[in-house]
Order: sequence, then C-alpha cells, then structure tokens
Amino acid sequence: MAAQAPRIVPLGDAAVLVEFSETLDLAVNARIQQLAAAVRLRQPAWIRDVVPALGGLALHFDAERLAPGLLPFAAAEQLVKECLSRRLPDLEKLSRTLEVPVCYEGEEFAPDLAEVAERCKLKVEDVVKRHCASPHRVLMVGFAPGHPYIGGLDPRLSVPRRTTPRPIVTAGSVAIANTQSVVYPWTISGGWSVIGRSPLRFFDPQRDPPAVFAPGDRVSFVAIGRTEYDRLARDAARDAGREQRP
Amino acid sequence: MSVRVMRPGLLSTVQDLGRFGLQHLGIVACGAMDTLSHRLANALVGNPDEAATLECTVLGPELIFGRDSLVALYGAEFSARTASTPFPLNRPVLVPAGTTLTVGPAIRGARAYLAIAGGFQAPLVLGSRSTYVPGQFGGLQGRALKAGDQLPTAPDLVEQSAARFARLGRRGGGIVRGALRSVRWSAPALSLPDRRGATLRALEGRHHAQFDAASRAAFFESPWRVSPDSNRMGYRLLGPKLVRARPVEILSEPTCLGTVQVPNDGTPIVLMADHQTTGGYPKIAEIAGADIPELAQLAPGGEIRFIKCTLEEAEDARRAASALTAAVCRSIAWEY
Repeated sequence: MAAQAPRIVPLGDAAVLVEFSETLDLAVNARIQQLAAAVRLRQPAWIRDVVPALGGLALHFDAERLAPGLLPFAAAEQLVKECLSRRLPDLEKLSRTLEVPVCYEGEEFAPDLAEVAERCKLKVEDVVKRHCASPHRVLMVGFAPGHPYIGGLDPRLSVPRRTTPRPIVTAGSVAIANTQSVVYPWTISGGWSVIGRSPLRFFDPQRDPPAVFAPGDRVSFVAIGRTEYDRLARDAARDAGREQRP
Repeated sequence: MSVRVMRPGLLSTVQDLGRFGLQHLGIVACGAMDTLSHRLANALVGNPDEAATLECTVLGPELIFGRDSLVALYGAEFSARTASTPFPLNRPVLVPAGTTLTVGPAIRGARAYLAIAGGFQAPLVLGSRSTYVPGQFGGLQGRALKAGDQLPTAPDLVEQSAARFARLGRRGGGIVRGALRSVRWSAPALSLPDRRGATLRALEGRHHAQFDAASRAAFFESPWRVSPDSNRMGYRLLGPKLVRARPVEILSEPTCLGTVQVPNDGTPIVLMADHQTTGGYPKIAEIAGADIPELAQLAPGGEIRFIKCTLEEAEDARRAASALTAAVCRSIAWEY
C-alpha cells in the first residue's frame, strides 16, 4: 500500500481529523489503527480522546493541558507528523482476536438469512460458513456506545441495505450490509440484514472495559446451536446481575 | 436523608465535566451543557470543578434539604424561592435543614446548576458522575430526577457547609434572608445570551464547500431559531433549508461538541453534550468552543446568528474565555 500522507483538518477548535481516505479501504483503515496506537503510546496529556474511524482518525484536545504558547492545531499536526515519520506499531501484534458465538438458527434470530442466501445464490449453510470464515476486523466503534463497524466480510455475502428498516432489532443481533457486519449492542431500529444472534452482552457500563469491541480487534464469529445459545445467555444474565451489585 | 426531590422539574440531571477518553468505544462525553456555569456554581460553594452539580432545565425542581447545606444556583436566571423568601441566585447560600427550595421557570437563559458543598455523590461510572439518559447510565440510575428521589450528598456536608460559610463570613460579613444566610456579593452572569438572542462564532465545517452558494451564504446571514425538537444531544435549527450542490456519500466519521451537521432534510443540527461520537452527515460549520455555554443557555425559540471566524480567532476566544473563567473563579476563591 502506498503510504500516502493524510490531510489534517480542524474539527472546530477542540479536535482535528487526520483524514486518510474518503472511501472505505481495509488497508488504509489498518494504517489508521496503527497511527491511533502510536499516538496512544505517547500519551500526550493534552489529548483527551483518540478516535480511529473508517477513513480517518480524530484527536480531541484538552487545550487547558497544552503547554502555554502552543496552539492545539499546530501541536496536533506536529504530533501526527512525528508519529508517521517513525515506524508505526505492528497492528498484528497489538490486535486481540475476539471469538463471538452466534446462533444462526430460526426466524427469531436470523429473520433475513434465507433471503441473503437466495440473493447471494448460496445455500444457507454456506452463508454461515462464509460469515464465520471471513477475516473480520473492527474498523470503528461509534453511532452508539460499543457499536462496532466490522469490515472484512466475504464479498460473496455482499447485500445492499434493506429498503425498509426494521423498527426493532434486538440487542445481540448480527447483521450484514454491503462489505460490513455489525453486532448490535443495543436494541434499536436497523436497516441491515439480520442473519444471527449472539448471547453475549456487548455493552455494560459497570464492566471494565465496558464495550466488547474496540477498533482494530480481529473478530471471528463461531456458529453455535440453540442449546448453547441459551446456556451462554443465562451466564451473561447472571454475570450482569453480579456486576450490578455494589 | 440529604436532598429529597418533591417535584423533578422538566429535565434535572446530575452532571459533571464529562466522560473522557472513551470516545473510541462510542462512549459519549456528556457532562454539563454549560460547563462554564457548572464551574462557577462549584466555585461559589468552594468545590473543585469536577464535583457533580444538578443541571436544571427551563423549569426547575422542588427540593427539600434534609441537612444544613451550603448551595449555589448559578447560570440561567430562574425564579426560585423558599416558603418565606426569594432564593438569591449566583451566590453561596447556607440553607438550614428542612428548607424547601422551589426552582420555578427560567426567566432568562435555559439552564442553571445547583452546586452543594462536597458535590452530589452519584457513583462514578466510567470515570464520571454525568447522567447519560439515552444509554441509561451515570448520574442517578442513568435517568433524570423524579419525585421521591433522594440525592446523595457528601457525608461531611453539614460540617463542610458550616466551615466554608464561616470562612466567607470573615470578610465583610453575611446577610440574612428569612431562614437563609448568604453574602453581600454575587458572581457575574457569564454565559447568558442577550435578550435578542445569541451571536455565535463559527468556523466553516469541513464539508462547507459541498453546499450550494445560497446555502453557504444563508448559514452566516440568516437568523436561526432553536427548534422545540432539541435536546441534550443536539439543537435543531429552524431557518432556510441547506442544500448540497454535490450530495456525495460521506463515510461515517468522528463528530465534536459544536459540530453543525446537515441531514438530508436540510435542517442543521448543532451537536451538544450528549452527541454521538460519530456521524455520517455533512458538516457545514463548527461552533467556536468559547461560545458553546451561551448556546446551551438558549431554550427552544431562542434566536441565533452565526459570524464566521478563523481557527486562530476561535483558539484565541477559547483562551480568553478560559482566562476569564479562571479569573472569576479565583476572585470567588479569594472570599474563602
């Protein structure tokens, strides 16, 4: 991949966006994750948040903690330049691999699976097999707390967004659209094709860390049956109860 | 029992400076909408900036203080009283146990912050006591106050209140208003907009050039009105529809406090304290950080005009505002 220099643009006077690409590219996103890691390793006191996103990286300032006389935008430009001029941290060494159990069975959990199979001219089992085998990676967490944008979907499983969004998609649902997958941490409305459900709780403010997914994580979906789903769901509910207690 | 909620008011939530360092996990910063007023309220009772206050919105709550408490109500000008006397704003007030404080409607501005010696003791969730209502966490069980709630306060509230008020009394003495004791000075109102509305500095947003010439001009030339459909996540602005000349698809990307984004319906939304960390709408402008407190004091119907500023001007304005706040806080601290 060509190591093209990113564009640094202000997001108001309290943040900058380091923009690498206006379109989604997995290799570019990997570089964004590396830069995020490099900035974090330096831990500048005046940077409050490092937010890697699909095509760029935001740095949010705590301007009060910047040395007097230093302007935040200029300081951010300098920081990014310095990080990029050195060897960036190796993403493969930094990344966790998360195994996410998913039950791809039944109308309740996988209402759109048959339709996806039909559109992709695949058997249902092959859709599941390909979804489990895809080299997924979390590109960004945003939109809602713990809500992951997961890239790496097998191109054979590419389906457009649904024309009519579902008013309710239950938390834990696993869905796909275009080149991405998502696991919904919250029950909300959604326009992606729901192909399974995971029994895990993906966001819990009482837990450390509160979110299962972090940007840069590799994700491997593992197919489970309904019995296993029920067992894991009971465990998750019990753990949540335990964490709620003071 | 510390502070009991008789009536909750329109939207009263526990807030502090916000939840930072977790935006990469999609976790919203939250915090006081008008952080300047939150700081001043804390300074008035001798608290550090990060102590939790109660953010009162447009129509305030009715509270009973179970113990002697040093409190201050700072920010919007609310009509506020106890059974026997009007409640003095923008200054420290020693309230005896058993007092009922009724905070009525806001007369000018939209949000005031009630600070109490030692701060409200909501548990720290992810490093902050701020309430995030959409995610149902932080503050008091992740929600706005309701009737019957007990607001936890510091264990040494009574001692701290007495000791701090005694220090205030040393200089120039206090005044007595009914059962309340206060001081002969008050803090200046720093974030209240002019009665005609607010004039806010804004930078061109990074997608500004994508909008057609009429929309680009209209943003800085037209008056805007805060829509009733506004909340802690964002203010919708009523005015001309803003249209992009080249409506290209935008990848979802990080957003900030004060980002003005324009969804396809053409109605701009200013992102406020509870805004999502990322979004895929074009950004026509970014409001200067120094002017956010004034914006937070606008209620629905309030009028806004934007004036264009450069990044350097916005950075200067932030430093000037921060120096002014620090100076006012120091002058209050001097009284202690």
